[in-house]
Amino acid sequence: MEFSEQLPIVVQALNQGFLQTLKLFFVTLLGAIPLGLIISFGSMSRFRPLSYLTKIVVWIIRGTPLMIQLLIIYFMPGLMGNNIWGGGESGRFLAASVAFVFNYACYFSEIYRGGIQGVPKGQEEAGLVLGMTKSQIFFKITLLQMIKRIVPPMSNEIITLVKDTSLARIIALQEVIWAGQSFMKGNQGIAGVIWPLFFTAVYYLIFNGILTVLLGRLEKKLEYFR
Amino acid sequence: MAILEVQHVSKSFGNKEVLKDISFSLEKGQVLSLIGSSGSGKTTLLRCLNFLERPDGGVIRVNGETLFDAGDAVTGQESEIRKKRLHFGLVFQSFNLFPQYTALQNVMLAKELLEKEKPDYKWRKKEIHAQIEAEAKELLDQMGLSDRMDNYPHQLSGGQCQRVAIARALALKPDILCFDEPTSALDPELTGEVLKVIKSLADQETTMIIVTHEMAFARDVSSQVIFMDDGHIMEQGTPEEVFINPKKERTKQFLSRYTEG
Repeated sequence: MEFSEQLPIVVQALNQGFLQTLKLFFVTLLGAIPLGLIISFGSMSRFRPLSYLTKIVVWIIRGTPLMIQLLIIYFMPGLMGNNIWGGGESGRFLAASVAFVFNYACYFSEIYRGGIQGVPKGQEEAGLVLGMTKSQIFFKITLLQMIKRIVPPMSNEIITLVKDTSLARIIALQEVIWAGQSFMKGNQGIAGVIWPLFFTAVYYLIFNGILTVLLGRLEKKLEYFR
Repeated sequence: MAILEVQHVSKSFGNKEVLKDISFSLEKGQVLSLIGSSGSGKTTLLRCLNFLERPDGGVIRVNGETLFDAGDAVTGQESEIRKKRLHFGLVFQSFNLFPQYTALQNVMLAKELLEKEKPDYKWRKKEIHAQIEAEAKELLDQMGLSDRMDNYPHQLSGGQCQRVAIARALALKPDILCFDEPTSALDPELTGEVLKVIKSLADQETTMIIVTHEMAFARDVSSQVIFMDDGHIMEQGTPEEVFINPKKERTKQFLSRYTEG
Protein backbone atom coordinates (compact mmCIF):
# COMPACT_ATOMS: atom_id res chain seq x y z
CA MET A 1 0.00 0.00 0.00
CA GLU A 2 1.25 3.44 -0.92
CA PHE A 3 1.95 5.94 1.85
CA SER A 4 -0.74 8.24 0.49
CA GLU A 5 -3.22 5.42 0.87
CA GLN A 6 -2.02 4.53 4.36
CA LEU A 7 -2.18 8.08 5.68
CA PRO A 8 -5.97 8.59 5.90
CA ILE A 9 -6.45 5.14 7.44
CA VAL A 10 -3.73 5.73 10.03
CA VAL A 11 -4.88 9.26 10.87
CA GLN A 12 -8.41 8.08 11.39
CA ALA A 13 -7.30 5.30 13.72
CA LEU A 14 -4.99 7.61 15.61
CA ASN A 15 -7.74 10.22 15.97
CA GLN A 16 -9.95 7.61 17.50
CA GLY A 17 -7.17 6.50 19.85
CA PHE A 18 -6.44 10.07 20.82
CA LEU A 19 -10.08 10.57 21.72
CA GLN A 20 -9.65 7.86 24.33
CA THR A 21 -6.43 9.57 25.48
CA LEU A 22 -8.33 12.86 25.88
CA LYS A 23 -11.13 11.15 27.74
CA LEU A 24 -8.71 9.65 30.24
CA PHE A 25 -6.95 13.01 30.55
CA PHE A 26 -10.09 14.99 31.36
CA VAL A 27 -11.59 12.35 33.65
CA THR A 28 -8.33 12.28 35.60
CA LEU A 29 -8.26 16.07 35.95
CA LEU A 30 -11.91 16.28 36.94
CA GLY A 31 -11.46 13.59 39.57
CA ALA A 32 -7.98 14.38 40.85
CA ILE A 33 -8.37 18.15 41.29
CA PRO A 34 -11.05 17.90 44.02
CA LEU A 35 -9.81 14.58 45.45
CA GLY A 36 -6.34 16.09 45.81
CA LEU A 37 -7.80 18.89 47.92
CA ILE A 38 -9.45 16.39 50.25
CA ILE A 39 -6.21 14.43 50.55
CA SER A 40 -4.25 17.62 51.26
CA PHE A 41 -6.69 18.51 54.05
CA GLY A 42 -6.18 14.99 55.38
CA SER A 43 -2.41 15.32 55.43
CA MET A 44 -2.66 18.72 57.13
CA SER A 45 -5.19 17.50 59.69
CA ARG A 46 -4.41 18.08 63.33
CA PHE A 47 -5.90 14.64 64.03
CA ARG A 48 -2.61 12.70 63.96
CA PRO A 49 -3.87 9.23 62.90
CA LEU A 50 -5.57 10.77 59.86
CA SER A 51 -2.56 12.81 58.82
CA TYR A 52 -0.21 9.82 59.25
CA LEU A 53 -2.50 7.52 57.31
CA THR A 54 -2.81 10.06 54.51
CA LYS A 55 0.93 10.57 54.38
CA ILE A 56 1.55 6.82 54.17
CA VAL A 57 -0.94 6.47 51.31
CA VAL A 58 0.64 9.41 49.47
CA TRP A 59 4.08 7.90 50.03
CA ILE A 60 3.02 4.55 48.55
CA ILE A 61 1.27 6.07 45.56
CA ARG A 62 4.07 8.50 44.76
CA GLY A 63 6.74 5.97 45.58
CA THR A 64 5.65 3.28 43.13
CA PRO A 65 5.30 3.39 39.34
CA LEU A 66 1.90 4.34 37.98
CA MET A 67 2.30 1.42 35.58
CA ILE A 68 2.40 -1.07 38.45
CA GLN A 69 -0.60 0.62 40.05
CA LEU A 70 -2.51 0.28 36.79
CA LEU A 71 -1.71 -3.43 36.61
CA ILE A 72 -2.65 -4.06 40.22
CA ILE A 73 -5.90 -2.12 40.04
CA TYR A 74 -6.91 -3.77 36.79
CA PHE A 75 -5.89 -7.37 37.48
CA MET A 76 -6.13 -7.76 41.26
CA PRO A 77 -9.94 -7.94 41.53
CA GLY A 78 -10.04 -10.65 38.87
CA LEU A 79 -7.24 -12.66 40.50
CA MET A 80 -9.16 -12.52 43.74
CA GLY A 81 -12.14 -14.00 42.01
CA ASN A 82 -14.27 -10.93 41.49
CA ASN A 83 -13.58 -9.00 38.31
CA ILE A 84 -15.38 -5.79 39.18
CA TRP A 85 -14.22 -4.07 35.99
CA GLY A 86 -16.05 -6.35 33.62
CA GLY A 87 -14.54 -7.09 30.25
CA GLY A 88 -13.94 -4.91 27.27
CA GLU A 89 -12.75 -1.39 26.63
CA SER A 90 -15.17 0.25 29.10
CA GLY A 91 -13.86 -1.91 31.94
CA ARG A 92 -10.28 -1.04 31.06
CA PHE A 93 -11.16 2.63 30.89
CA LEU A 94 -12.82 2.53 34.29
CA ALA A 95 -9.84 0.77 35.89
CA ALA A 96 -7.41 3.19 34.23
CA SER A 97 -9.48 6.16 35.42
CA VAL A 98 -9.42 4.95 39.01
CA ALA A 99 -5.65 4.43 38.93
CA PHE A 100 -4.97 7.79 37.28
CA VAL A 101 -7.34 9.81 39.47
CA PHE A 102 -5.88 8.37 42.62
CA ASN A 103 -2.28 8.69 41.50
CA TYR A 104 -2.65 12.29 40.32
CA ALA A 105 -4.73 13.29 43.35
CA CYS A 106 -1.78 12.31 45.53
CA TYR A 107 0.62 14.48 43.52
CA PHE A 108 -1.88 17.36 43.45
CA SER A 109 -2.42 17.08 47.21
CA GLU A 110 1.24 17.81 47.83
CA ILE A 111 1.15 20.78 45.49
CA TYR A 112 -1.98 22.09 47.25
CA ARG A 113 -0.37 21.61 50.63
CA GLY A 114 2.58 23.71 49.55
CA GLY A 115 0.20 26.28 48.11
CA ILE A 116 -1.92 26.55 51.23
CA GLN A 117 1.02 26.62 53.60
CA GLY A 118 2.72 29.16 51.38
CA VAL A 119 0.00 31.75 52.04
CA PRO A 120 1.33 33.86 54.93
CA LYS A 121 -0.25 33.18 58.32
CA GLY A 122 -0.98 36.88 58.59
CA GLN A 123 -3.67 36.58 55.92
CA GLU A 124 -5.69 34.21 58.07
CA GLU A 125 -5.10 36.31 61.16
CA ALA A 126 -6.22 39.45 59.39
CA GLY A 127 -9.42 37.64 58.40
CA LEU A 128 -9.96 36.39 61.93
CA VAL A 129 -9.63 39.79 63.58
CA LEU A 130 -12.10 41.12 61.00
CA GLY A 131 -14.65 38.63 62.31
CA MET A 132 -14.55 36.22 59.37
CA THR A 133 -15.28 32.52 59.73
CA LYS A 134 -12.71 29.89 58.76
CA SER A 135 -14.63 29.04 55.62
CA GLN A 136 -14.99 32.70 54.61
CA ILE A 137 -11.25 33.05 55.08
CA PHE A 138 -10.58 30.01 52.92
CA PHE A 139 -12.89 30.91 50.07
CA LYS A 140 -12.54 34.70 50.07
CA ILE A 141 -8.89 35.10 50.97
CA THR A 142 -6.70 32.01 50.91
CA LEU A 143 -8.06 30.12 47.91
CA LEU A 144 -7.15 32.57 45.16
CA GLN A 145 -3.70 33.19 46.61
CA MET A 146 -3.22 29.45 46.76
CA ILE A 147 -4.37 29.02 43.15
CA LYS A 148 -1.90 31.67 42.04
CA ARG A 149 0.89 29.79 43.79
CA ILE A 150 0.00 26.37 42.41
CA VAL A 151 -0.61 27.24 38.77
CA PRO A 152 3.04 26.80 37.68
CA PRO A 153 3.59 23.42 39.41
CA MET A 154 0.12 22.25 38.39
CA SER A 155 0.89 23.16 34.78
CA ASN A 156 3.88 20.87 34.98
CA GLU A 157 1.81 18.00 36.33
CA ILE A 158 -0.95 18.52 33.78
CA ILE A 159 1.50 18.38 30.90
CA THR A 160 3.05 15.25 32.38
CA LEU A 161 -0.44 13.75 32.69
CA VAL A 162 -1.05 14.13 28.95
CA LYS A 163 1.98 11.94 28.28
CA ASP A 164 1.35 9.59 31.23
CA THR A 165 -1.99 8.55 29.74
CA SER A 166 0.11 6.42 27.38
CA LEU A 167 0.88 4.15 30.35
CA ALA A 168 -2.69 2.86 30.10
CA ARG A 169 -1.41 0.98 27.07
CA ILE A 170 -0.15 -1.62 29.58
CA ILE A 171 -3.71 -2.79 30.23
CA ALA A 172 -4.50 -2.52 26.52
CA LEU A 173 -6.58 0.62 26.77
CA GLN A 174 -7.11 1.64 23.18
CA GLU A 175 -5.53 5.05 23.39
CA VAL A 176 -3.36 6.67 20.76
CA ILE A 177 -0.18 4.63 21.37
CA TRP A 178 -2.17 1.43 21.18
CA ALA A 179 -3.68 2.65 17.91
CA GLY A 180 -0.25 3.50 16.51
CA GLN A 181 1.19 0.18 17.52
CA SER A 182 -1.66 -1.72 15.91
CA PHE A 183 -0.20 -0.99 12.48
CA MET A 184 2.93 -2.95 13.35
CA LYS A 185 0.97 -6.10 14.06
CA GLY A 186 -1.54 -5.50 11.35
CA ASN A 187 -4.64 -3.38 11.16
CA GLN A 188 -6.94 -2.65 8.22
CA GLY A 189 -4.52 -4.19 5.78
CA ILE A 190 -1.52 -2.29 7.04
CA ALA A 191 1.11 -4.34 8.83
CA GLY A 192 4.75 -4.02 9.74
CA VAL A 193 4.89 -0.23 9.60
CA ILE A 194 6.31 1.66 12.53
CA TRP A 195 5.81 5.28 11.44
CA PRO A 196 2.24 5.50 12.83
CA LEU A 197 3.64 4.78 16.27
CA PHE A 198 6.22 7.53 15.85
CA PHE A 199 3.54 9.81 14.47
CA THR A 200 1.53 9.63 17.73
CA ALA A 201 4.11 12.00 19.22
CA VAL A 202 2.69 14.77 17.05
CA TYR A 203 -0.67 14.42 18.81
CA TYR A 204 0.88 14.81 22.25
CA LEU A 205 3.01 17.69 21.07
CA ILE A 206 0.13 19.67 19.59
CA PHE A 207 -2.18 19.07 22.53
CA ASN A 208 0.51 20.05 25.02
CA GLY A 209 1.20 23.14 22.94
CA ILE A 210 -2.43 24.19 23.31
CA LEU A 211 -2.37 23.44 27.06
CA THR A 212 0.85 25.40 27.54
CA VAL A 213 -0.73 28.45 25.94
CA LEU A 214 -3.94 28.15 28.00
CA LEU A 215 -2.14 27.60 31.29
CA GLY A 216 0.21 30.45 30.49
CA ARG A 217 -2.82 32.69 29.99
CA LEU A 218 -4.24 31.64 33.34
CA GLU A 219 -0.92 32.43 34.97
CA LYS A 220 -0.91 35.82 33.29
CA LYS A 221 -4.46 36.49 34.40
CA LEU A 222 -3.47 36.00 38.02
CA GLU A 223 -0.62 38.44 37.70
CA TYR A 224 -2.90 41.33 38.61
CA PHE A 225 -1.94 40.83 42.24
CA ARG A 226 1.17 39.77 44.05
CA MET B 1 -16.49 53.04 83.76
CA ALA B 2 -13.43 51.80 81.95
CA ILE B 3 -14.02 50.62 78.40
CA LEU B 4 -11.37 47.92 78.85
CA GLU B 5 -10.38 46.06 81.96
CA VAL B 6 -7.61 43.49 81.90
CA GLN B 7 -7.05 41.56 85.12
CA HIS B 8 -4.27 39.14 85.99
CA VAL B 9 -3.77 37.93 82.45
CA SER B 10 -1.05 35.34 82.02
CA LYS B 11 0.15 33.37 79.05
CA SER B 12 2.83 30.75 78.46
CA PHE B 13 4.20 29.15 75.33
CA GLY B 14 5.38 25.73 76.45
CA ASN B 15 7.18 26.44 79.67
CA LYS B 16 8.13 29.97 78.72
CA GLU B 17 5.95 32.48 80.51
CA VAL B 18 5.45 35.45 78.18
CA LEU B 19 2.78 37.33 80.13
CA LYS B 20 2.83 37.42 83.91
CA ASP B 21 -0.09 38.84 85.86
CA ILE B 22 -0.95 41.70 83.51
CA SER B 23 -3.57 44.12 84.83
CA PHE B 24 -4.57 47.51 83.52
CA SER B 25 -7.62 49.44 82.47
CA LEU B 26 -8.35 51.94 79.77
CA GLU B 27 -10.94 54.71 79.59
CA LYS B 28 -12.98 55.45 76.50
CA GLY B 29 -11.23 57.85 74.14
CA GLN B 30 -7.84 57.25 75.69
CA VAL B 31 -4.67 56.12 74.02
CA LEU B 32 -2.47 53.54 75.68
CA SER B 33 1.07 52.97 74.48
CA LEU B 34 2.83 49.71 75.20
CA ILE B 35 6.58 50.09 75.14
CA GLY B 36 9.40 47.72 75.96
CA SER B 37 12.15 45.75 74.28
CA SER B 38 11.44 42.98 71.79
CA GLY B 39 10.26 39.80 73.46
CA SER B 40 8.84 41.62 76.47
CA GLY B 41 5.31 40.39 75.68
CA LYS B 42 3.72 43.50 74.15
CA THR B 43 2.64 41.82 70.94
CA THR B 44 1.40 38.72 72.77
CA LEU B 45 -0.75 40.94 74.96
CA LEU B 46 -2.34 42.55 71.88
CA ARG B 47 -2.86 39.14 70.34
CA CYS B 48 -4.60 37.96 73.51
CA LEU B 49 -6.95 40.93 73.38
CA ASN B 50 -7.80 40.06 69.78
CA PHE B 51 -8.24 36.37 70.59
CA LEU B 52 -5.42 35.32 68.33
CA GLU B 53 -3.92 33.77 71.44
CA ARG B 54 -5.84 32.34 74.36
CA PRO B 55 -4.60 33.56 77.78
CA ASP B 56 -3.94 30.85 80.37
CA GLY B 57 -5.30 32.94 83.18
CA GLY B 58 -7.09 36.19 83.84
CA VAL B 59 -10.14 38.17 82.81
CA ILE B 60 -10.79 40.58 79.94
CA ARG B 61 -13.79 42.89 80.12
CA VAL B 62 -15.05 45.41 77.59
CA ASN B 63 -17.74 47.87 78.61
CA GLY B 64 -18.32 45.78 81.70
CA GLU B 65 -19.03 42.65 79.67
CA THR B 66 -16.73 39.72 80.44
CA LEU B 67 -15.30 38.67 77.08
CA PHE B 68 -12.85 36.21 78.47
CA ASP B 69 -12.44 34.53 81.81
CA ALA B 70 -9.89 31.75 82.04
CA GLY B 71 -11.92 30.28 84.90
CA ASP B 72 -15.06 30.07 82.79
CA ALA B 73 -14.70 27.72 79.81
CA VAL B 74 -17.87 29.04 78.17
CA THR B 75 -16.13 32.35 77.42
CA GLY B 76 -13.51 30.51 75.39
CA GLN B 77 -15.91 28.86 72.97
CA GLU B 78 -14.92 29.25 69.34
CA SER B 79 -18.43 30.23 68.23
CA GLU B 80 -18.55 33.09 70.73
CA ILE B 81 -15.07 34.34 70.05
CA ARG B 82 -15.86 35.51 66.55
CA LYS B 83 -18.36 38.09 67.79
CA LYS B 84 -16.13 39.15 70.66
CA ARG B 85 -13.25 39.85 68.34
CA LEU B 86 -15.29 42.63 66.80
CA HIS B 87 -14.86 44.73 69.94
CA PHE B 88 -11.24 45.04 68.90
CA GLY B 89 -9.54 46.05 65.70
CA LEU B 90 -5.96 45.11 64.97
CA VAL B 91 -3.47 46.77 62.67
CA PHE B 92 -0.51 44.51 61.98
CA GLN B 93 3.14 45.37 61.62
CA SER B 94 3.20 43.73 58.19
CA PHE B 95 -0.19 45.22 57.12
CA ASN B 96 -1.59 41.83 56.01
CA LEU B 97 -3.71 43.42 53.32
CA PHE B 98 -5.46 40.96 51.03
CA PRO B 99 -3.38 41.15 47.84
CA GLN B 100 -6.13 40.11 45.44
CA TYR B 101 -8.39 42.97 46.44
CA THR B 102 -8.13 46.69 45.76
CA ALA B 103 -7.72 49.15 48.62
CA LEU B 104 -11.47 49.81 48.56
CA GLN B 105 -12.35 46.09 48.46
CA ASN B 106 -9.99 45.44 51.36
CA VAL B 107 -11.89 47.93 53.45
CA MET B 108 -15.32 46.67 52.37
CA LEU B 109 -14.89 42.89 52.46
CA ALA B 110 -15.38 42.06 56.15
CA LYS B 111 -18.33 44.41 56.59
CA GLU B 112 -20.00 42.98 53.55
CA LEU B 113 -19.57 39.41 54.81
CA LEU B 114 -21.04 40.37 58.18
CA GLU B 115 -24.04 42.05 56.56
CA LYS B 116 -24.62 39.01 54.37
CA GLU B 117 -25.36 36.98 57.47
CA LYS B 118 -28.23 39.21 58.43
CA PRO B 119 -31.71 38.10 57.40
CA ASP B 120 -32.68 41.29 55.57
CA TYR B 121 -29.56 41.33 53.38
CA LYS B 122 -31.29 39.71 50.41
CA TRP B 123 -33.96 42.38 50.17
CA ARG B 124 -31.72 45.38 50.71
CA LYS B 125 -28.60 44.12 48.94
CA LYS B 126 -28.00 47.17 46.75
CA GLU B 127 -28.75 49.65 49.47
CA ILE B 128 -26.45 47.92 51.97
CA HIS B 129 -23.66 47.59 49.42
CA ALA B 130 -23.90 51.26 48.51
CA GLN B 131 -23.78 52.24 52.15
CA ILE B 132 -20.74 50.07 52.88
CA GLU B 133 -19.01 51.48 49.84
CA ALA B 134 -19.78 55.06 50.83
CA GLU B 135 -18.42 54.46 54.32
CA ALA B 136 -15.31 52.75 53.00
CA LYS B 137 -14.63 55.61 50.61
CA GLU B 138 -15.02 58.11 53.37
CA LEU B 139 -12.55 56.22 55.54
CA LEU B 140 -10.00 56.01 52.75
CA ASP B 141 -10.54 59.67 52.08
CA GLN B 142 -9.85 60.38 55.72
CA MET B 143 -6.62 58.39 55.37
CA GLY B 144 -5.63 60.61 52.46
CA LEU B 145 -6.07 57.81 49.93
CA SER B 146 -8.98 59.03 47.83
CA ASP B 147 -6.93 58.66 44.65
CA ARG B 148 -5.65 55.19 45.57
CA MET B 149 -8.92 53.32 46.18
CA ASP B 150 -8.72 51.17 43.07
CA ASN B 151 -5.07 50.25 43.48
CA TYR B 152 -3.98 46.80 44.57
CA PRO B 153 -1.72 46.52 47.62
CA HIS B 154 1.40 45.80 45.53
CA GLN B 155 0.87 49.12 43.75
CA LEU B 156 0.95 51.04 47.02
CA SER B 157 3.84 52.17 49.20
CA GLY B 158 4.24 50.67 52.67
CA GLY B 159 2.81 53.78 54.27
CA GLN B 160 -0.19 53.72 51.99
CA CYS B 161 -0.71 50.02 52.69
CA GLN B 162 -0.67 50.64 56.41
CA ARG B 163 -3.21 53.45 56.03
CA VAL B 164 -5.48 51.11 54.05
CA ALA B 165 -5.08 48.57 56.86
CA ILE B 166 -6.11 51.21 59.39
CA ALA B 167 -9.18 52.07 57.31
CA ARG B 168 -9.98 48.35 57.05
CA ALA B 169 -9.89 47.98 60.83
CA LEU B 170 -11.96 51.14 61.36
CA ALA B 171 -14.64 49.97 58.92
CA LEU B 172 -15.98 47.58 61.55
CA LYS B 173 -16.14 50.37 64.13
CA PRO B 174 -14.26 48.53 66.89
CA ASP B 175 -14.49 49.79 70.45
CA ILE B 176 -10.74 49.60 70.78
CA LEU B 177 -8.26 49.81 67.92
CA CYS B 178 -4.95 48.02 68.48
CA PHE B 179 -1.73 48.67 66.62
CA ASP B 180 1.11 46.18 66.62
CA GLU B 181 4.24 48.18 65.81
CA PRO B 182 2.46 49.88 62.91
CA THR B 183 5.56 51.60 61.59
CA SER B 184 8.26 49.00 62.19
CA ALA B 185 8.11 47.70 58.63
CA LEU B 186 8.30 51.19 57.15
CA ASP B 187 11.29 53.29 56.25
CA PRO B 188 11.61 56.54 58.23
CA GLU B 189 10.17 58.67 55.46
CA LEU B 190 6.93 56.69 55.40
CA THR B 191 6.67 56.38 59.18
CA GLY B 192 5.56 59.99 59.53
CA GLU B 193 2.48 59.70 57.35
CA VAL B 194 1.20 56.71 59.33
CA LEU B 195 1.90 58.35 62.69
CA LYS B 196 0.05 61.46 61.50
CA VAL B 197 -3.03 59.35 60.76
CA ILE B 198 -2.86 57.68 64.18
CA LYS B 199 -2.45 61.08 65.79
CA SER B 200 -5.54 62.37 64.03
CA LEU B 201 -7.47 59.33 65.27
CA ALA B 202 -6.31 60.14 68.80
CA ASP B 203 -7.55 63.71 68.34
CA GLN B 204 -10.95 62.27 67.44
CA GLU B 205 -10.86 60.34 70.71
CA THR B 206 -10.55 56.89 69.19
CA THR B 207 -9.74 54.43 71.94
CA MET B 208 -6.42 52.87 70.98
CA ILE B 209 -3.70 50.59 72.24
CA ILE B 210 -0.42 51.07 70.43
CA VAL B 211 2.61 48.83 70.63
CA THR B 212 5.44 51.00 69.41
CA HIS B 213 9.15 51.70 69.43
CA GLU B 214 8.56 55.35 68.46
CA MET B 215 9.14 56.88 71.88
CA ALA B 216 8.62 60.52 70.91
CA PHE B 217 5.35 59.58 69.28
CA ALA B 218 4.20 57.53 72.27
CA ARG B 219 4.94 60.43 74.54
CA ASP B 220 3.07 62.83 72.33
CA VAL B 221 -0.04 60.80 71.60
CA SER B 222 -0.70 58.71 74.71
CA SER B 223 -2.79 59.34 77.75
CA GLN B 224 -1.30 56.27 79.38
CA VAL B 225 1.96 54.40 78.96
CA ILE B 226 2.86 50.88 80.02
CA PHE B 227 6.46 49.76 80.03
CA MET B 228 6.73 45.99 79.80
CA ASP B 229 9.75 43.95 80.68
CA ASP B 230 10.06 40.17 80.56
CA GLY B 231 6.29 39.63 80.60
CA HIS B 232 5.66 41.98 83.52
CA ILE B 233 4.22 45.47 83.62
CA MET B 234 7.31 47.19 84.98
CA GLU B 235 5.94 50.69 85.04
CA GLN B 236 2.62 52.28 84.21
CA GLY B 237 1.38 55.87 84.24
CA THR B 238 0.97 59.06 82.27
CA PRO B 239 3.61 59.85 79.63
CA GLU B 240 5.14 62.37 82.05
CA GLU B 241 5.41 59.79 84.80
CA VAL B 242 6.93 57.10 82.64
CA PHE B 243 9.10 59.13 80.28
CA ILE B 244 10.22 62.01 82.46
CA ASN B 245 10.19 60.59 85.97
CA PRO B 246 10.51 56.84 85.69
CA LYS B 247 10.72 55.20 89.08
CA LYS B 248 12.28 51.90 88.13
CA GLU B 249 15.90 51.48 87.23
CA ARG B 250 14.99 49.13 84.35
CA THR B 251 12.73 51.78 82.79
CA LYS B 252 15.46 54.41 82.94
CA GLN B 253 17.89 51.99 81.37
CA PHE B 254 15.47 51.19 78.55
CA LEU B 255 14.60 54.82 77.85
CA SER B 256 18.20 55.97 77.92
CA ARG B 257 18.92 53.86 74.86
CA TYR B 258 16.41 55.94 72.94
CA THR B 259 17.54 59.36 74.21
CA GLU B 260 21.16 58.53 73.51
CA GLY B 261 20.38 57.43 69.97
